[in-house]
Amino acid sequence: MKTMKLVDLAKTIRSKNAGTDRITFDIIFREKAEYDLVRNSGALTKGTVAVLFGIPEDRIVDFVEFDPAYAIKFTINRLRPSGSYGEGDIFGCQQYPPLLDVEIPVE
Amino acid sequence: MQKESLRIHCSNGHLGFAPTKEESFWIGAETKPDYYCCDSGSDDIGPVPLGADKCASHPEWQKHDLELMLLAARKQGVPMIIGSAGDTGSDSRVDMYVGFIRELAKKHNLPKFKLAYFYSEIDKELVRGRMKAGEEIEGLDGRHSLTFEELDATDRIVAVAGVHPFIKALELGADVIIGGRSSDCAVFAAPAIYEGFPENIAYYCGKVLECASFCAEPYGAKETVIGTITKDDVKVTAMAPFQRCTVASVAGHAMYERTNPYYEYVAGGMMDMTECVYEQYDEKTCRITNPKFVPIEGKIKVKLEGSGKVGERFMGLAGIRDPYTIKNIDKVIQWAKDQVEERFAGTDYKLSYRIFGKNGVMGDLEPVKETKSHELMVIVEGVAPTATAAEEITMIGTRQIFYARLPEVKGTAGTAAFIIDEVAPISAAYEWTLDHTVTVDDPLELFPVTLIEIE
Repeated sequence: MKTMKLVDLAKTIRSKNAGTDRITFDIIFREKAEYDLVRNSGALTKGTVAVLFGIPEDRIVDFVEFDPAYAIKFTINRLRPSGSYGEGDIFGCQQYPPLLDVEIPVE
Repeated sequence: MQKESLRIHCSNGHLGFAPTKEESFWIGAETKPDYYCCDSGSDDIGPVPLGADKCASHPEWQKHDLELMLLAARKQGVPMIIGSAGDTGSDSRVDMYVGFIRELAKKHNLPKFKLAYFYSEIDKELVRGRMKAGEEIEGLDGRHSLTFEELDATDRIVAVAGVHPFIKALELGADVIIGGRSSDCAVFAAPAIYEGFPENIAYYCGKVLECASFCAEPYGAKETVIGTITKDDVKVTAMAPFQRCTVASVAGHAMYERTNPYYEYVAGGMMDMTECVYEQYDEKTCRITNPKFVPIEGKIKVKLEGSGKVGERFMGLAGIRDPYTIKNIDKVIQWAKDQVEERFAGTDYKLSYRIFGKNGVMGDLEPVKETKSHELMVIVEGVAPTATAAEEITMIGTRQIFYARLPEVKGTAGTAAFIIDEVAPISAAYEWTLDHTVTVDDPLELFPVTLIEIE
C-alpha cells in the first residue's frame, strides 16, 4: 500500500499548552482533500495517537475534527502541571514531532 | 451616538514578552483605530513568575511596547487598554506598569490624562473562608475541588477578570487602563461591549485579536493586526506588509491553545464558535460572521490561578561523549541518584534528570527509545527546602556522573565533561496549585478599579 508521511500532507503540525495541565495538538491542512484523506484513513485516531506517544487512551481528553480550519485536534493531560520541577517543555510546543512521520495510506 | 463600526489595534499577543515590531505598529496606527489594546500575560510561562512575583519579560521590552501604544493612543486621544500586566497580572506587576506609564508620560511631556488600574490578586484567606463556609472551589481541566492542603501550599493567587473591570474603567473615563490578570479576549471585548456592540461579536473579536499576528500568515509574531467590528461581523486585517489574514489562518487560530476549537469560557459566559462562517474579505482581511455567546445562568464563575513554592533550586550540567557510557546512561544516572540518596535519605528533596540526546524534551512521551546520539547533555535539577541543601544535592547529583562506576569504562579519569565545574542557583521551584473557579455575586468584587490622573 502506498503511504505518505503526515509532514508531507499537512500545512501545520503543532503542539502547545492548553492551560496549565494539558497540551493540545493541531494538525492543519491547506486543502479539504488532504484533510479528508487523513481523517478517513484511520491512521490518526485516539487509538493510534495513544500508541504513538505510548500513553493510555484516557490521557487523551479530546479528539476533534474542526472543519472550518481543515484541522484535526487532540489534547492530552500532562502528568504534572507545566513548569513543575523536572519540566522538559514549559510551553508544550515541542511535543508534536512524532506526528511528522505518521504514515498515511494514500490509495 | 453609537458608532456603526469600531476598530481595535493589537500589536502584540503577549506585550513585553518579545518586542513589538514597529513597522506594522505604525502602519496600523496611521489608520487611526478607536482603541489600542494588548494582553500582556499568560499562564504559559509556568508557575515561577506568579509564585515568586516577578516577570518573565524584560522590563526594557515592556517599556518599549507600552511606549509605542501610549504615544500613538495619546496623540490620537483614544484609549489604550492592557490586560494581565507584567506577565502574571499580580498587584506588584500592575503597580510596575502604572509606574512605567508615569515615567513614559514624563519622558514625553504628555498632557495630563486619566489612568485606571485594577488589581486581581486575592488573599488566600478569602478562599479559605469560602471553603470553611462550605463553598466548593471547583477544579478546571479535570482537577478535583480545591483542598485545604493545596491552598496551604499556595503562595499567590490571581483571579482572572472578564470584561467587567475594563468596562467600569471606561465608564470612569479612563484614557489608559492597566489591568491585573484578565482573560485575553476580555481586553478587546470590553471596549466593544462598552461601545454598544453585541456580546457575540465583541467576544469573538477578542478571541481573534488576542494573539495579534498569530491569526495571520505566513507565521510571524509581534506584528500588528486590526479588528473591525459592526453589529453583524468581525473583520481582521494584517498590517505587516508580508502578512495576510486568511480563512485558514484565522480559523486555525480560533483553535489555538485550547482543548476544544468550538467553545471558550470567560467570566460571564461561553463563546460558541460552532457555526462561525469565515470568508476572505479582501487580500489581507478575513471576515467572520455568526459567532455565538451564551451568558452563564446563575452566578458568574471566576477562574483562579495559584502558584506555590516547592523549594530552593539549583541546576547542574554534564556532557557525555563515551559511547559505552551513553549506552549505560540509565545506570550512570542511577549511580548518581544513589549517591544523593545515601547522604540525604529521609529528607525532603527532589532530584530530576533530563537527558538531552535521549528524551530530554519529551520525557515519557518520547517514542524514540533507542539513543543514537554520539553525545548527551544531562541537566540535573535539585530542589530542597534550603538553598544550601539544594546546592549540595545538585552538586552530588551532577559530580557523581563524573565518578560513575561502570565495569568496562575505558576513560578512568572521569565519565563526564563539565562546561562549568559548579552548579547554578536558579529560581526556586514552584508548582501550579490552583486552576479552579470561584463564584461571585458581583463580577467587580474581586477587581477593585482605581482612577488616577497622570500629569
